[in-house]
Formats: sequence, C-alpha cells, structure tokens
Amino acid sequence: MYSAADLKKGLKIEIEGVPYTVTEFEFCKPGKGTALYRCRLKNLVTGTTMERTFRPVDKMDVPNLEERVMFYSYHDGNNYIFSDSETFEEVQITADYLGNKTYFLSDNMECNVLFFNGKPIDITLPTFIVRVIAETEPGARGDTASSNVQKPAKLDNGYELTVPLFINQGDTVKVDTRTGLYAERVSKG
Amino acid sequence: MPNASAKAENPSASFEHLASVAGLLPVRARIASLLRAAFEAAHFIEVETPVGILAPAAEEFIEAPRAEGFFLRTSPELQMKRLLAVGMERIYQLGPCFRMGENGRRHRPEFTMLEFYQVDADYLELLDFTHSFLLSVCRGLHGDSSFIFNGQKISLEKLEVIPVREAFRRFAGKDADRCAEEDGLFEMVLVDSVEPALPKDRPCVLIDYPVRFGAFARPKASDPSLVERWEIYMGGIELANTYGELIDPAIQRERFRRFAETRRRMKLTEYPEATAFLEAIDRGLPECAGSALGFDRLVMLLSGHPDIADVSFPLDS
Repeated sequence: MYSAADLKKGLKIEIEGVPYTVTEFEFCKPGKGTALYRCRLKNLVTGTTMERTFRPVDKMDVPNLEERVMFYSYHDGNNYIFSDSETFEEVQITADYLGNKTYFLSDNMECNVLFFNGKPIDITLPTFIVRVIAETEPGARGDTASSNVQKPAKLDNGYELTVPLFINQGDTVKVDTRTGLYAERVSKG
Repeated sequence: MPNASAKAENPSASFEHLASVAGLLPVRARIASLLRAAFEAAHFIEVETPVGILAPAAEEFIEAPRAEGFFLRTSPELQMKRLLAVGMERIYQLGPCFRMGENGRRHRPEFTMLEFYQVDADYLELLDFTHSFLLSVCRGLHGDSSFIFNGQKISLEKLEVIPVREAFRRFAGKDADRCAEEDGLFEMVLVDSVEPALPKDRPCVLIDYPVRFGAFARPKASDPSLVERWEIYMGGIELANTYGELIDPAIQRERFRRFAETRRRMKLTEYPEATAFLEAIDRGLPECAGSALGFDRLVMLLSGHPDIADVSFPLDS
C-alpha cells in the first residue's frame, strides 16, 4: 500500500483496480488545515487523465506492473504481436491500447511492453525513430534550417505531421515518439 | 517546483539557480524595507523571539523539527503573545519558521514569516491595516497600486470579502459546517472548488471560519459556531491568516487538550505543555488581534514568480 505522503510525479498507483501514473503533483496545505496532495493521474490502460486530490489518510494500492523488453513481430488486423527474444513467447496487444504508436512500429523494433496483472496494456517505443518523408510540398526558396515555420508532411507509413519548410520529399527525418513531433533531419533524399 | 533533487545532483544547475535567486534579492530586501516602514509608521515595534523553543503550539496539522532538546518554531505566536501579556501593544517580527514535510510550489520546510499583533484591535481593524500596508508596499515597489502576476493584473485598490459559509455555498454548493465535520473534507472543498473560483483581479478575503478551523481564534460573539478569522488570497495564493485572538484561558486549555489528543491519536510527536504561554494567558492576555503573512509568498506575488523556490535561497537537501 502507498499512503498519500508517498505520492510524487511518476509514481504508479492502483485505484479501484485501475493502474494510474501520477503525471502532475502539487502539495497543498490550506491554512492550518490538513495537507492535501493534488494530482493529475493518467490511466495506464486507456491513456485518459483525471484530477484527484488525496488526503493524508488516503491509501492507494501498489499496481502489479511488469515491464519486459520484447520485439515487435507483425500485426494481424487490429492485433499487434510482440515476441520475447529468448523464450519466443508471443503476446498480442490490440490497436486500441496503442493509439498513434502503431505508426512508429517497424519489424523487430525493441520495445518495452508493460503488463498489468499479467496482461499487456501498453508499450514504450524507442524515443526516436527514423523514417522517410513520402509527401510534402516543396518549401519556399530562401528558407533556412533555423526557420520556425512548419508545413504538413506525410511519412512513408502514412503518419501525418508538420516539418520545417526546408524538408523535402525523400528526406530522412527523426521523429520523437513521445510527442509524435518532427525532431531533426537525418539526411537529404 | 523545479526539480530540487536534480539540482542537488547537478552543481552547475544549483549554481545557476542561486544566481537567479540572487538577482531577486534586491527586490526582496526592498519589500522588507517597505514593510518595516509601514509598520513603523503605524507605531509597531520590531521584536525578535527565540527560534529554538521548548514547546511548539500544539496544532493538529503543523509539525515542528526537533533540535537537541528544543524544537524549531513553526510560528513565533506563543512568544509574541507573552510580550503582549507583559505590556507591549503593537509588535511585529520578520523571521524564519519551520514546518516539517511542507514542500511544494508555495511551501518550504523553512520559510520567512511576517507576524504581527495589535492590542485593542479586532480582526477587522487588522484587515484594514493589512490592506493599507499591502497598498503602500506595492506602490513603493511598482509606483502603482496594481501589479501583474501569472499574466493577471491584480489591483489592490479594493478587497473582496466573502464569509466562508457563503463561499462554500456559492462556489461549491456545499455546507461549510458539514464539511468541517469530516476529516480533510473542508480543506478538500476549499482547495478544489472554493479557491479556484475566487476573483483573480483583486485580493480576496475569506472570513469567519467554522470553530474547528481556528486554533487560537476567539468565537464570534454573534455566532459562537464561528471563529474570528480571515485569510487573504492574492493571485490564488493564500497570503496571510488572522485571528481575533483567543484570550480565555479555559477555552485555550481545552483546545490544547483536544489538539494534543488528536496528535496522540494520529501518532504525531507529542509536544511538551507550553507552560510559559499558559502562565501568560492565565495572568491575562489583553484583547488583541494577530496576523501571520508568508513573506516569501508576498515576494513571489510582487516579483511575478509563481514558485517559492524562485525567490528563496536554496535549502540544503
């Protein structure tokens, strides 16, 4: 069991059978009153967030979470299959749990698979992936690499994002999988 | 707050943080000197009372650190009241206080308190005085009676005063007295529903609290289920707490007993009896009102910094 005093950013807790991670945390103490812990919690299964304020007397369960390094194998419709490189055990996660992350998977990519009570619920991707720009309008002449203006583009896997004006079709770019945003150009096409 | 542990591990970040705090020290000193001028003009005497004390005020939710047979004070309240009992009439103190475990964007385990008492004044007169010295500090610092905090202009010209019961009804649809009966519920509603709804463009005062929320406040004559207490908020930050001070020794002893019992029940440190203070209140404390203002928070507000760590010398961790 955790008590409210254990709460901090990044702590994973379980409330009524649902695992959450604390994404924001603020200590409050209204004048002469009891301490309060205001948190924003992210549901580790659905990804939705909510606000919750805890009192010092509140207790939270420790979620039974396990993270394993696995490799992405293939997908079969809505099911994404990951395998353990040593035991060859396969687990499957449906697209609902993965959201936009499905765009960033590639064959044999090493991922951390998060299990809650033995059931896979999420994956952590490598922070950056490298992909080719499949479509984007040519940038206007004279734009430099320091430009902050962005234009729409599509990766070779169909994922849409915005990129600086100097990026052209065929360029290879790095994308930050945590934010889904363009990070930098790797090479010109 | 900025990641304090990261700072400790990274000496260069800590060096830069100190440099940025140092950049604000002239403003901090200017605010202190404007406050002192305002208190002197109102004939208050600046006093110093011990930081290491034998018996902290036995409050339910405030923890004093231990220091070799002493405690570090959580507030100078009991010592300053002893000064009132021996005849001082208008006193103030600007100095360090300690509250274990309080750490956040508005809390530090060591902070600076401005505490003041006035004999023969009631809590409403102290509200007028507080309003006037806040105005004069703001004018002295900014040349204007308003300032910007978190992108919001706050004008000190007018205060909004809202009774606690009305605020709970209006902003939370809740009964303040009923909330006060359940451990932590009053505070939860206050923090989640009432405080966020308070007007942002002027200081706001919550006044007349359920009796449970006034350790040293006297019951209101017209309604003894309430105590004479107000809290002033600016920019969503709780800045100062004020009581019409309890001077009845029997009620004070009863409250100390109750708090000590709560502390025992909650397995918190038991404090020795505040005998010197009890002797003072037995001999007779004059009618008075007293207030405690978070000096670091005032600096945060007037200098436009939303985190207490931005305006205070970094604490060793």
